[in-house]
Amino acid sequence: MAATEEIRGIGHSVKRFEDARFLQGRGNYFDDIKLPGMLYLEFLRSPYAHARINSIDTSAASAVEGVVAVVTGELLAQHNLAWMPTLSGDTQAVLATDKVRFQGQEVAAVVAESPYIAKDACELIEVDYEPLEAITTPQRALEANAPVIRDEKEGQTDNHIYDWEAGDKEATDKAFAEADKVVELDTFYPRCHPAPLECCGCVADVNPATGKATIYMTSQAPHAHRTLFAIVAGLPEHKIRIISPDLGGGFGNKVPIYPGYVCATAASLLIGRPVKWVEDRTGNLISTGFARDYHMHGELALKDGRITGLRVKMLSDNGAFFSDAQPTKCKAGLFHIVTGSYDIPAAHVETAGAYTNKAPGGVAYRCSFRVTEASYLIERLVQTAAYETGVDPVDFRKQNFIKPEQFPYKSATGFEYDSGDYGAAMDLALEKLGYADLRREQEEARAEGRLIGIGVASFTEVVGAGHGADYDIAGLRMNDGAELRIHPTGKAVLKLSVKSQGQGHETTFAQIVAEELGLQPEDVEVQEGDTDHTPYGLGTYASRSTPVSGAATSMVSRRIRAKAQKIAAHLLEASEDDLEWDKGRFVVKGAPEKSKTIQDVAFAAYTNIPTGMEGGLEGVYYYDPPNMTYPFGTYAVVVEIDRGTGAWKVLRCVAVDDCGVRINPMVVAGQIHGGLTEGFAIAAMQLIDFDEDGNCMGANFMDYLIPTAWETPKFELGETVTPSPHHPLGAKGIGESATVGAPAAFVNAVVDALAHAGVRNLEMPVTSARVWAALQEANLAE
Amino acid sequence: MTEAAVETGAFTRTVTATVNGTARSADVETRLLLVHFLRESLGLTGTHIGCDTTSCGACTVLLDGTPVKSCTVLAVQAEGREITTVEGLAGPDGLSAVQQGFHEEHGLQCGFCTPGMMLTATALLAENPDPSEEEIRWAISGQICRCTGYQNIVKAVQHAAAQGKEG
Repeated sequence: MAATEEIRGIGHSVKRFEDARFLQGRGNYFDDIKLPGMLYLEFLRSPYAHARINSIDTSAASAVEGVVAVVTGELLAQHNLAWMPTLSGDTQAVLATDKVRFQGQEVAAVVAESPYIAKDACELIEVDYEPLEAITTPQRALEANAPVIRDEKEGQTDNHIYDWEAGDKEATDKAFAEADKVVELDTFYPRCHPAPLECCGCVADVNPATGKATIYMTSQAPHAHRTLFAIVAGLPEHKIRIISPDLGGGFGNKVPIYPGYVCATAASLLIGRPVKWVEDRTGNLISTGFARDYHMHGELALKDGRITGLRVKMLSDNGAFFSDAQPTKCKAGLFHIVTGSYDIPAAHVETAGAYTNKAPGGVAYRCSFRVTEASYLIERLVQTAAYETGVDPVDFRKQNFIKPEQFPYKSATGFEYDSGDYGAAMDLALEKLGYADLRREQEEARAEGRLIGIGVASFTEVVGAGHGADYDIAGLRMNDGAELRIHPTGKAVLKLSVKSQGQGHETTFAQIVAEELGLQPEDVEVQEGDTDHTPYGLGTYASRSTPVSGAATSMVSRRIRAKAQKIAAHLLEASEDDLEWDKGRFVVKGAPEKSKTIQDVAFAAYTNIPTGMEGGLEGVYYYDPPNMTYPFGTYAVVVEIDRGTGAWKVLRCVAVDDCGVRINPMVVAGQIHGGLTEGFAIAAMQLIDFDEDGNCMGANFMDYLIPTAWETPKFELGETVTPSPHHPLGAKGIGESATVGAPAAFVNAVVDALAHAGVRNLEMPVTSARVWAALQEANLAE
Repeated sequence: MTEAAVETGAFTRTVTATVNGTARSADVETRLLLVHFLRESLGLTGTHIGCDTTSCGACTVLLDGTPVKSCTVLAVQAEGREITTVEGLAGPDGLSAVQQGFHEEHGLQCGFCTPGMMLTATALLAENPDPSEEEIRWAISGQICRCTGYQNIVKAVQHAAAQGKEG
């Protein structure tokens, strides 16, 4: 009997249901989809970062046997599709018409009977370019004599995009005027790329008879994409069906709409056959959503060892089109969470953005709208302040933490932190690390000529956007639906608006239903990704699946349980108020032998309901989160530097996370492992760099370095649990914490190894060459 | 060779290979990559493509028992040889020890690198049934996983090795 077995709901490390198909090569990624009559689309991309297009000759390409169409911007313009809106209210070229504005920009598309033919034909397209000055830094972009990149935009006379501020300037100025010490840091969070192992792509299938467009695409936000497709292409929304099949990772890269999706759909519409677009790795790295590229200046006002003020100025490099994926009101995302885990009474953040001749994107790579850059800056600043005041970095943090009794805590830039106990997470991390002993060992090692560094980062995240009044994407409120149907035999289907990219939704969301309704998780099938068959919502990114859709799943389950109680009362001939819920069954109070299981009730819902009751046992709930959730933790890293080469090696990496209540601890640990690895990668090697002509220097996996099992450190995890007071399960998000918190911990560790010699900063990626240069300067080289 | 083939520059050959124990044959362009032969000609889509530079190893299959990146092998080079793909890992008794290990130890998330990782692990354990953690990490160091941080992949291979010892 189901009710007597332990229900494997919240807190159980249930092995994943989705594994079975992936383990046997039975996954269904978009590139596995092959439709009858399908054609293949390939792009010709710009070799220049900035150039005027004088002419495009497609005649030789069109003559290749097997080529069905060659599409140019001029052709798209005839259908009003040459430009598309971005997620930040700007426009982006689908195919270049007047100019190319970054290397790798889509210039023309060939549609052919095979992908090999499409590639062959692309090489035959002749484009006459007139190269222009390539602008590769936002500083140069904002100089008065810089050429205007977006000269096609009416009223755009420079490369400036936005100015945006948060906090209280006057109060902050006062804090600085009264400070007894000011600590500054200039640092650059370089451009990197999420680089999911599966690149982007789609199969667009517009049925000429019905007019229905079915688009299988790599989408983290299928519903939002359907609405945007309707707006961009002018197609009726009920005639668009987005199917996001299995995704081979996303990490933010699959949030925006790319020219490939639009071109494939337009081609299918015009030709009347399905069209597949498969992005190659170079296309992925040079043209789709990059991340970071923030030039940051931070200052802390200190008085008696306390931080009394924070001043931040930030200049973002947004590339050729402002297409950051972020809420409309927040031009620099949630970067103003930059006060971090600290009780800072006054803060002021000024931000500005500029166009450059680099790829557009500005996605939050495993990050909630720029919290990563903010967390990095404050954790580096705090470390610097500790050195400058002669206090141990750990003690300096502790004396400035927001205290547990201060929650809910209103930050100086306007956030309301829901819950936290930063000291507890830090203490656990330090205990696991053996911090006090390590500091002594560091001293001893130094005496022997060895350089050991200990780095700490105590991050706070802000995830789960978000309340509809404040947070939107392209005007759409960030609320998500969950639809739950209980079948007569007590098996269930849960339909969600979010979309797993590997996070294990098919298991963890089934566990939420299990917890709320007393079904076993394997009796709940979770469906996502098909906009014709799931409720509306904004999708999976910014660690919002559990905070928003997890809450929606709880709430719809509770709604169904309320109806189930009425049916149970009918079956037991008892009053509804006389029933008790015992996870999986309703029991008559004082008569434990009288009970009905949820399965009994489910059957009755279709066979024996009280007079006047609507049949069935199903519901839908749209959740509008009252607030964000604020996961936090402390990461502590120990490194050793080779004084001869500047190479550094991670000796220890301890990560204590507090994401509130954990639904599936195994899956949570997996998310943390992955996030720590990407955090390490960003700190150590991942870089999308450009030369002075705007050539992308990280255009493939030989140049854009991804850590393998050999480089990746081993991780030691710990947890504290501080539930979110407003989430129905007390859960917060966890998918991104480690990528947010880890880079500062790694960099702090390397800097710490050199801090005694006066080194205060190293820029990411912290390469051996950069460390070697610092060793030279500090006279520490061997 | 047909006249049309000469005109378009397409040279074709018939390739026959033993794939997961069964003889499979297809007419292919000589420039066709092995990964495309498997995915497109034979419909074995469990083998994935993650890069263009032999860096990521998502396309790893076993060629005569040795892991190769099938994006850097021509289909014609597989003529007469034995290929094992992820579709061939499970036996009549169900999942292989390596597949079970990945499931038990949460060694996969998005599943995209998983087929290649499991094939390399299978080849490793065939050669070295009791590898150290370092040997496992070295064996899979030609492949990229973006989700797991490798820690649970290592545990998955250790799990499979332990099962082998019991068996």
